[in-house]
Amino acid sequence: MDILSLFILVPIITILALVFTKGLKQSRIISMIGSIIQLGMAINLVFAYFKERATNSDIMVFTKDVVWFKDFNIHYNIGADGITVALLLLTSIVVLAGVFISWKMNDLPKEFFVSLIVLSIGVYGFFISLDLFTMFVFFEIAVIPMYLLIGIWGTGPKEYSAMKLTLMLMGASAILLVAILGIYFNSDADGGALTFNILEIAKVNIPLEAQKLFFPLAFIGFAVIGALFPFHTWSPDGHASAPTAVSMLHAGVLMKLGGYGVFRVAMYLLPEGAVHWSWFFIILAATGVIYGAFSAIKQTDLKYINAYSSVSHLGLVLFALLMLNKTAWNGAILQSLSHGFMTALFFALIGMIYGRTHTRDVTKLGGLLKVIPFISTIYVIAGLASLGLPGFSGFVAEMNIFVGAFEHDDMFYRIATIVSVSAIVVTAVYILRVVGIMLMGPVKNDAFLSLEKVTWYEKTGILLLLIPIVGMGVAPLWLSDMILESLQPFIQGVL
Amino acid sequence: MDFSNLLLMRHELLLLAITLLLIVAEIFIPPNKKQSIVHLAIFLFGVHTLIGFLPVDENSLFGGMFRTNALIHFFKNVLNVGVLILLLQSADWLQEKIVNQNKGTEFFILLFSSLLGMYFMISSGDFLMFYLGLELSTLPVAALAAYETANRKSSEAGIKLILSSALASGVSLFGISMLYATSGSIYFDDIIQLISATDLTTLGAILFFTGLAFKISLVPFHFWTADVYEGAPISIASYLSVISKGAAVFILMILLFTVLKPLMQVWENMIYAIAIATMFIGNLFALRQQNMKRFLAFSSIAQAGFILLGLIVGNQLGTATIVYFVLIYVFSNLAAFGVVQAISLQTGKENITDYEGLYRTNPNLSLVMMLALFSLAGIPPVAGFFGKFFLFTAAASEGYYFLVFLAVVNVTISLYYYLLVVRAMFLRKSENPIPFFKSKIYMRLGLLITVIGILVLGVYSPLYDYIYELSGIFN
Repeated sequence: MDILSLFILVPIITILALVFTKGLKQSRIISMIGSIIQLGMAINLVFAYFKERATNSDIMVFTKDVVWFKDFNIHYNIGADGITVALLLLTSIVVLAGVFISWKMNDLPKEFFVSLIVLSIGVYGFFISLDLFTMFVFFEIAVIPMYLLIGIWGTGPKEYSAMKLTLMLMGASAILLVAILGIYFNSDADGGALTFNILEIAKVNIPLEAQKLFFPLAFIGFAVIGALFPFHTWSPDGHASAPTAVSMLHAGVLMKLGGYGVFRVAMYLLPEGAVHWSWFFIILAATGVIYGAFSAIKQTDLKYINAYSSVSHLGLVLFALLMLNKTAWNGAILQSLSHGFMTALFFALIGMIYGRTHTRDVTKLGGLLKVIPFISTIYVIAGLASLGLPGFSGFVAEMNIFVGAFEHDDMFYRIATIVSVSAIVVTAVYILRVVGIMLMGPVKNDAFLSLEKVTWYEKTGILLLLIPIVGMGVAPLWLSDMILESLQPFIQGVL
Repeated sequence: MDFSNLLLMRHELLLLAITLLLIVAEIFIPPNKKQSIVHLAIFLFGVHTLIGFLPVDENSLFGGMFRTNALIHFFKNVLNVGVLILLLQSADWLQEKIVNQNKGTEFFILLFSSLLGMYFMISSGDFLMFYLGLELSTLPVAALAAYETANRKSSEAGIKLILSSALASGVSLFGISMLYATSGSIYFDDIIQLISATDLTTLGAILFFTGLAFKISLVPFHFWTADVYEGAPISIASYLSVISKGAAVFILMILLFTVLKPLMQVWENMIYAIAIATMFIGNLFALRQQNMKRFLAFSSIAQAGFILLGLIVGNQLGTATIVYFVLIYVFSNLAAFGVVQAISLQTGKENITDYEGLYRTNPNLSLVMMLALFSLAGIPPVAGFFGKFFLFTAAASEGYYFLVFLAVVNVTISLYYYLLVVRAMFLRKSENPIPFFKSKIYMRLGLLITVIGILVLGVYSPLYDYIYELSGIFN
């Protein structure tokens, strides 16, 4: 068994084991063991990747290619480059943290963990796929458990949110299907056979007309899950209604599928379409960045604040990708990673605060720093990372994005960049506002004086997420190098 | 006549023998053991299904009236498996409700006669045999639809079915006569040579198509569907939506791709329009249904619309994707109907709201239902996704991107109403949910086979390769 297929196999085995468990205690132990193995595999993969990279200069390493449907030339084709490796590491950390945060999931625990792990299979599979069909299959596998996860274990208007989220994401994937078919039937433009293989298609000169037609479909198909304005509306509702671990996984990992897909499929395979359409989507992305930030200011529900902040931060990812240069792309990947850890941490903390105070309304909270100092301190740190303070991951990412964006000396790009940069200021406003109201000041409610202490599993979950944030901020170079190196072939393909 | 030629008609002869045997057997079964006719019928049909899998030669009989080849043979096996699952799922219902009224044997006779008609229909080599098969496959089902004589809706369903199918086959026959008038032959092989696109043949082809469109319940010939499904016993609704529809799709496909191929310009446009209408109307009407049977009726109309995406292509890829899709559809829809059947038999409840909280009392049934619905909606990794994806690929291969786009819009719409049922079963909690019950062994076996089918048929790629290979025969 190759090193990448294990990322599919181990979760499947975990699910099979979960089927035979009874009650919360058994199922969480099994899930924890499965997730720890995955994290171990992901860390091992990083080292194996560096070792392999030293001798192997292919675009993708650890590849495995098995014919699946031979008449359509569909393969189970997997491989990894530096970007994949980093995203797999992100996923495994967030999944493990999610399991720890769901330690007290009393209602239907077995089903909860199974759904959570099915979701992670979809995400792992999506990241390692080099075949459009397989990728699409995993994409949908990742989306559909969200319906149950939000619908069964969520809070508030959960049925509405779950349905909205599922329909919008599946609708997007339906559009994506048309784009994939379009790419597939143009993959013989140079006289070769029809193929779904991404690396093969990248070598083909797909006719310009087809690129212009299918790029928007492919872009929107992926970008909806990356919360592209105006298709982001599923995200705040979905996040607000979802249980904590699901919000973490969703914002932390699932939304990264959007940016990754845009990068790996839409832009890599349809580069001329990307050049042709980039102005239009830059406007949308920049609008999303600034709109998300301003919306976050007006919210009082902690989860909504964070959800809109995600819209803003992920808009930045799409914005950076559309800049079509290496620095910005590096920033986009780093931002994906950074946002993944950071927002997962935020949602975990919000879940803990909500679990103790039973409210997410900022105006009803106050002085939490005095009563739950550990959670509050981490919240401040996450906030500072989110607003891009040097020393944390957010700074490294955003710095790269804006430097890359400013490399274009066209007036249009300059204006778009300046608009997007200004969102950083707004971010600072909503982060500090929440910190000020919720954590500082007097304790507003006497019931808050006797809140439960942080438990060991909560601490573990938090630390798992905090370490990479600080790690990326302090020592970004090894990661950045790994990504830059992997970006090289893509840059050559696109520009 | 060479005796070995009769082996080509193995399916037909064997099924006929089983039918006759059941008639005789009823005489010898003592009154206190009446239930055993069900066991006997299922056993015999199971054996028949197994024998069906033996390979068969490619040849034609009776001067070309009857023909068979590997693809037709394969499709007969699909129908057999479908009917076998159906029998397993209906066994409890038959034992509890029907056998006591002394109508058990007749049920099997009627059902098997109808299946026999389908065999002849898809094996037909000329329009006469085709028409005989069509009638033989329809008339017994009308009797079966009215089988619950105490239920007024059931009688209504029978009447509706017989009237609309009489009209449909009349129209179809009119079309056939026009094709005969222009080409001078009723044999498919001759017509292929002789037919040309004149006004009369065009009209003939359209009228002929209408007759089969009734059976597949394409818009605008779908009005009977929901009422009949609602009134008829669930097994029969299931039979109509799976077996009957599958056979009609198959023969329509063969005729369009071979006999009427010269008129492709005409039927291409027609199917384009009907596909769009069928998908949208089926899906939009399904949104508001409360009764599970009506819900599945409209869902099956919508599925027929998707099938047309493969039909429009008219080549080997189209044939392969349609047969593959129908095969998967058989399993998915039978699973859904099976769960409805099990619940209806235990509690008499058939509304979506009755399913609220089902997962917490009957987790296994809910999971089967969820898999079936996901397969119908086309969500990976269950089989329906692959069927649908390949159909869309077939349509896109001829450049019908806009049609594919409309189809994926419809997939999204359909996902909404399939999720409504999932919502009722999993998300909702109910004051008085359907209590826990254990189905009998036949029902469990029937559902188990469908679940295995749903899980395996998609990811197991050699199956598709095999079908693709077979599909070369007609092109």
